[in-house]
Amino acid sequence: MTGTNNTASQHLLDMQNVSIVFGGLRAVSNVNLYIDKGELIGLIGPNGAGKTTAFNMITGVYVPTEGDIYFDGKLVNGKKSYQVTKMGMARTFQNIRLFSELSVIDNVKIAMNMHIRYNLPEAILRVKKYFTQEAEVTKRALDLLKLFHLEQHADDMAKNLPYGAQRRLEIARALATEPKLLLLDEPAAGMNPQETKELMEMIRWIRDNFHIAILLIEHDMGLVMGVCERIYVLEYGFCIASGTPEEIKHNKRVIKAYLGGEAS
Amino acid sequence: MDSGFMHQFVQQLINGVSLGSIYALIALGYTMIYGILKLINFAHGDVYMLGAYIGFFCTSMLKLSFLPSILVAMAGTALAGMIIERVAYRPMRNAPRIAILITAIGVSFFLENAMILFASPQPRTFPAVFTATVYHFGALVINSQQIVILVSAIVLMIALTYIVNYTKIGKAMRAVSFDADAARLMGINIDFVISMTFALGSALAGAGGVLVGIYYNSIEPLMGMVPGIKAFVAAVLGGIGIIPGAMMGGIILGVVEALVSGFLSSTFRDAAAFAILIIILLYKPQGLLGKNVREKV
Amino acid sequence: MNSLRKADLKALIAAAVLFAIIYGLLQADVIGAFWELNLVLIGINIILATSLNMINGYTGQFSIGHAGFLAVGAYVGAIMTVKLGFNMVAALLAGTAAAGLLGFLVGLPTLRLNGDYLAIATLGLGEIIRICILNIDYVGGAAGLMGIPRLTSFPLVFWIMVAILFFIKNFKNSAHGRACLAIRENEIAADTMGIDTTKYKVMAFTLGAAFAGTAGVLFSHYFFIAHPASFTFMRSFDILTMVVLGGLGSMTGSVMGAVVLTFISAALADFPQWRMIIYSLTMIILMLYRPQGLFGSKELSLQMFQSLKIGGKKK
Repeated sequence: MTGTNNTASQHLLDMQNVSIVFGGLRAVSNVNLYIDKGELIGLIGPNGAGKTTAFNMITGVYVPTEGDIYFDGKLVNGKKSYQVTKMGMARTFQNIRLFSELSVIDNVKIAMNMHIRYNLPEAILRVKKYFTQEAEVTKRALDLLKLFHLEQHADDMAKNLPYGAQRRLEIARALATEPKLLLLDEPAAGMNPQETKELMEMIRWIRDNFHIAILLIEHDMGLVMGVCERIYVLEYGFCIASGTPEEIKHNKRVIKAYLGGEAS
Repeated sequence: MDSGFMHQFVQQLINGVSLGSIYALIALGYTMIYGILKLINFAHGDVYMLGAYIGFFCTSMLKLSFLPSILVAMAGTALAGMIIERVAYRPMRNAPRIAILITAIGVSFFLENAMILFASPQPRTFPAVFTATVYHFGALVINSQQIVILVSAIVLMIALTYIVNYTKIGKAMRAVSFDADAARLMGINIDFVISMTFALGSALAGAGGVLVGIYYNSIEPLMGMVPGIKAFVAAVLGGIGIIPGAMMGGIILGVVEALVSGFLSSTFRDAAAFAILIIILLYKPQGLLGKNVREKV
Repeated sequence: MNSLRKADLKALIAAAVLFAIIYGLLQADVIGAFWELNLVLIGINIILATSLNMINGYTGQFSIGHAGFLAVGAYVGAIMTVKLGFNMVAALLAGTAAAGLLGFLVGLPTLRLNGDYLAIATLGLGEIIRICILNIDYVGGAAGLMGIPRLTSFPLVFWIMVAILFFIKNFKNSAHGRACLAIRENEIAADTMGIDTTKYKVMAFTLGAAFAGTAGVLFSHYFFIAHPASFTFMRSFDILTMVVLGGLGSMTGSVMGAVVLTFISAALADFPQWRMIIYSLTMIILMLYRPQGLFGSKELSLQMFQSLKIGGKKK
């Protein structure tokens, strides 16, 4: 625990010497990672390298055993997921987790809940505030759906969307919380090369259009190399390299981890 | 005074273990069925009632002795369990779980009221199949019924442990409860295994019914309601789906109830059982022998 | 925004018409005492079923201890009128508040549990409440609390029921209601969307318990007595069955479930031996052939009737 920098961080997200132990297994060991405002960062590594675990620590699902995570200068450790979201982080899941029996627009509206300012009695008595805020939320949700070409499905049940549209809805839903940092957990999983290419463009577009930072988990090197400005590489829970795509491409340990670990 | 307390304590312990071993027999069926179908089979307590009535029929009408009576009761309830599964639960295997639960409650109501219709709601006196001998160990009292209950329960539990761990059908049961789809792909006949699980679990409950008839000398159509719920509590206490857990949970529950009715008040007995349940659920929801599983994100 | 208010108004008018018809029939003695009693019972059961649906259907938290909160309302309300000499309004408020408070206190720790564990814990809680009442001599113990004045009437039950239905409908169509639905659909995702899942689970549980308390006050002030035997887990199962039968997550479904089951039960009152057998077989058969309940999670609405009419005309 020595050497932990306790001064508030200047970075948007700052992981300082973070480790987590599950019953003797060190799933993530001494990882240092930072993201600045508006950056598009990749986190790559072979399957089981600890990428999703790192994600879960950042978003408050797990509490790190050692080390500190700061977001916007505030400590994240020990915060619950919903509190982390309120701080300005939003995420998607590797295995899509939509509210599948609800309509597409309700999925987005739910993510806007924390910006709603009427209380329970006002909702029950349906005062004016309820109607104006509901109208505003509906409008904003529809606008967001339009950006992701989902407006024609607004009233469909989320589970009836095609796979690619479900992925887009999950991203739209995360953006509806108005995050400063968007975390995407293997968004290209299950997509064909054409869809992956469109996704890459979309990710870049989201960053530019919404002016937010993005942390992208992938094991598909190609996708990450194409869009990310900096990349962190995990292997067996350790961060074995970090740098620009160009530096990572020529890093011997990375090449060994990828070619020696799993030939793909 | 002090020895008086100890004596009372040990006496209640003896009463508790014999009552608890009956809970354990019912809890075993609950836990096996839950393990394999993830269904709280609310009708299980009524299968136990059915066992008591079959035992009553054998002993009072057919004048059979204890061993054939309990065997007939076990066979009868095994058959009943298989029929219930086949008719009410199998068609609903892919239905929402809550719908199956409602079906189970429906089956429970049905069994209770069918028995009221056929055998009248009046309690029946269970004939004494054993000459009630009371053994004194110093100041402690153990009667022959308690010994019979304990010995029968132990024999049945050993038999069940053997079946589950060392026979082909037992292995198949464990496989299906671990991962039904994988078991199917390995060529296990799931329907047959589930059927056998119901048969085994129900037979144990049936045996429990006969034993309780012997213990209390009285049976009635609604006798399964409360012990049924309590046996489920016992199963949860030990860790649902875990066979040794059900045995342990049953015994613990029986002992606690005996101690509460012995030292506090018998009206609080039932509340004690549920209070323990809630404490366990809050501090160790997976039960005493259960492992902690968390959902993967 | 106006259309929403219009729909509310239409529903209110429909309720008033329904009330006028039933009340007229009651006044003209077309509906006798037996069915009047069952109409009151239907109203109480509708409150119970729709409030349980808030917990089980909207929020997805499997509770089967509703009879416990019903009991608290019944007894606290009766204490207010019988022992302390307050009027019915005070009894209703106190019974509702007491059940709600208890719901809050037990919901806070237990709602961390999920699925079957929560189910069995709530079942246990309901039984503990009943057994505690059984042991309090102040409220009559096992003999029950007797001599409760009949302060519940059909109009009172009807309009309280309508008010609660409006409450629940508006709740579902608010940000709070959506938060509950999100928890039902996927708790982890709801959490990461910034929803304090514990808060909303406890909220739904507290409100559901409070309304069960309201139903309890109405119940004990209609039947002259509050008796522990009326609040066993069988009663909880009864309410749960209404909810599931109507369609989990559908308020109108819960209403229909309460109406149908109370009606079946009343219609079979002359055949006591066969009554419960037919009742239980109905339950099993309905679940076998329609496991999602009569309405699924959909709401019955005027639009549905209109679309049916249009569909009919086209043919």
